[in-house]
Amino acid sequence: MATETGQPVLEIKDLVTRFYTADGVVKAVDGVSYNVREGEIVGVVGESGSGKSVTALSVMRLIPPPGGRIEQGEALLDGEDMLKMSNERVLEVRGAKIAMIFQEPMTSLNPVLTIGRQLTEALETHLEMNRAAAATRAGELLEMVGIPDGRNRLNDYPHQFSGGMRQRVMIAMGLSCEPRLLIADEPTTALDVTIQAQILELMQRLNQELGTAVIIITHNLGVVARYAHWINVMYAGRIVESGPAETIFKNPRHPYTIGLLASVPRLDEPRRAKLEPIEGMPPDLMNLPGGCSFRPRCPFAIDRCAEEYPPFEPVDGSIDHMKACWVDVTTAGMHAAGSAN
Amino acid sequence: MTQENETAVMTQESGAAPDGAEFEGENLLEVNNLKMYFPVNSRGVIPRHVADVKAVDDISFFVRRGETLGVVGESGCGKTTVGRCIMQVYKVTDGEVVFEGVDLTKLSPGRMRRMRRRLQMIFQDPYSSLNPRMTAGSIIGEPIRIHNMARGRGEYMEQVEELLRVVGLNPYMRDRYPHEFSGGQRQRIGIARALAVRPSLIICDEPVSALDVSIQAQVINLLEELQEQFDLTYIFIAHDLSVVRHISDRVAVMYLGKVVEIATREELYENPLHPYTRALLSAVPIPDPLVERQRERIVLTGDVPSPIRPPSGCRFHTRCPIAIDMCSEEDPEFRNVGGDHWVACHRV
Repeated sequence: MATETGQPVLEIKDLVTRFYTADGVVKAVDGVSYNVREGEIVGVVGESGSGKSVTALSVMRLIPPPGGRIEQGEALLDGEDMLKMSNERVLEVRGAKIAMIFQEPMTSLNPVLTIGRQLTEALETHLEMNRAAAATRAGELLEMVGIPDGRNRLNDYPHQFSGGMRQRVMIAMGLSCEPRLLIADEPTTALDVTIQAQILELMQRLNQELGTAVIIITHNLGVVARYAHWINVMYAGRIVESGPAETIFKNPRHPYTIGLLASVPRLDEPRRAKLEPIEGMPPDLMNLPGGCSFRPRCPFAIDRCAEEYPPFEPVDGSIDHMKACWVDVTTAGMHAAGSAN
Repeated sequence: MTQENETAVMTQESGAAPDGAEFEGENLLEVNNLKMYFPVNSRGVIPRHVADVKAVDDISFFVRRGETLGVVGESGCGKTTVGRCIMQVYKVTDGEVVFEGVDLTKLSPGRMRRMRRRLQMIFQDPYSSLNPRMTAGSIIGEPIRIHNMARGRGEYMEQVEELLRVVGLNPYMRDRYPHEFSGGQRQRIGIARALAVRPSLIICDEPVSALDVSIQAQVINLLEELQEQFDLTYIFIAHDLSVVRHISDRVAVMYLGKVVEIATREELYENPLHPYTRALLSAVPIPDPLVERQRERIVLTGDVPSPIRPPSGCRFHTRCPIAIDMCSEEDPEFRNVGGDHWVACHRV
């Protein structure tokens, strides 16, 4: 489980990323801080537009200029700030110490290069392997991620692989240089449930065997429940609740987290007559409401929520469990507070 | 469509729609031995028919009036093709689709077009399924015009506004274009368009899977309210088994072009008999770490085989954890095992 004593591999501090468009400024990431420790799996949960992917892309220095700008903050990878590195240094670090795999395995592989070439490129660049050694290693990597007869598939092109297989290739590429940290952005969203299970089991195994720290970015709370040690819940560019996985699922204290958990039907519970959705729509990042961004959809909102953004504070004096909410909401207290509104 | 055109269509005699007598049978829809093969042709100057993709291969089921039949399975299992075959989007290879007592596969294109009023579809992608150059109002109104369901402009506008209200949108939004709506709102427009012609059956093809989690529940609740309000029958095609359990009365599980199990909701989720159903259910993640870490998970190995050359015998035998020799030789019969429970497996 969580290696409490592990050193932080990545420390994100007060990150702000904005996109300047013709229509206005999109506040995609608005002051995000979190850590990932050695050997840890961190789940970052949120809906589209919550800033979960942009945070990761900022850390990877993949925010497209000129519209996208990282405006402030630090992202310390083993103490070295990714955001202040020279471009040359970024190229050295990316792939070698930190790697990212993307949601769409169809579009993130180059269709005109063989799988083997796409794998060996990183090995030759970062580990200075020669062609033959890199090819051998590439074959091993494919077998490690469960591609049968991987050594003989190096000359195949991406279209010759199924969706699940392509995602395995992406994972093999991500892990090829044994990075300290692997960021997986919706790694299973495009995949079927049985394949999703295979991929997640694989990522967990590699986390345990190689000690790679992992960030899993997802909109599906179920995906991270089994694997993540730590959960960060994001809404409208900020982390609204954070804590050990058990705590977040058992004792969610931010109205958005509570709402998310209540809105999905669960297979292990009796069927409810009606689902309890979160009313309203995800926020418009160009016109965020004043105060707390979740207020317009929040059943517990009080006057103060419209005035000031709540501080990110410990829940019940815990050192781990944090939330940003003016109201003290518990799952049990939901109905009382809801009807009083 | 221009203003003049629109009015011209509106003024046509609207009594032509074949409303007919209300269908009385218990089964609104019966699908019998349905097959849908897509030909694969060789390349070259003279293409030759070399093989078939057996997307749907001899399946039978029925849908009772007023119920929701869930259809689940992985991508490529044929669940979307079944929906499209029912809609007669494709010319089916073989089999019957009996809707309100009429075999749709035998209808002329003209009669089928009139029949489509009775069965409608809601699509997965709320972005690509709405014409970006049409306003919400004209998208919803198009089926009303095509089927001549309003007398004059006033009645037409009234119907469009009522439909917007019914799906939880504001009537003043009728002049907006799809890009001005969020994903959830677009899906509501798609639902309003399907409701416009007062169908009895709506085929929902992954209607919530493209939506944010917090919006999915809104749309599911809406679908359930509408079902009650308008006596609708749904076929709900989805890959999310938790959502399917929530909305369905009965559930059909498909694998590689076959229905492998059908049962009532309670029966299927509490007493799944087919090993594929069991694997699917065990793979669904549950948002609770304590439950999750104790759960036995059946992780299936490998991928779904190609539907061009499906495995011999039972199509699942290549991935089945309990397969025996017989499974690779004989195709198991789809048989009733009591009550409403049907399954195709030698080991049950």
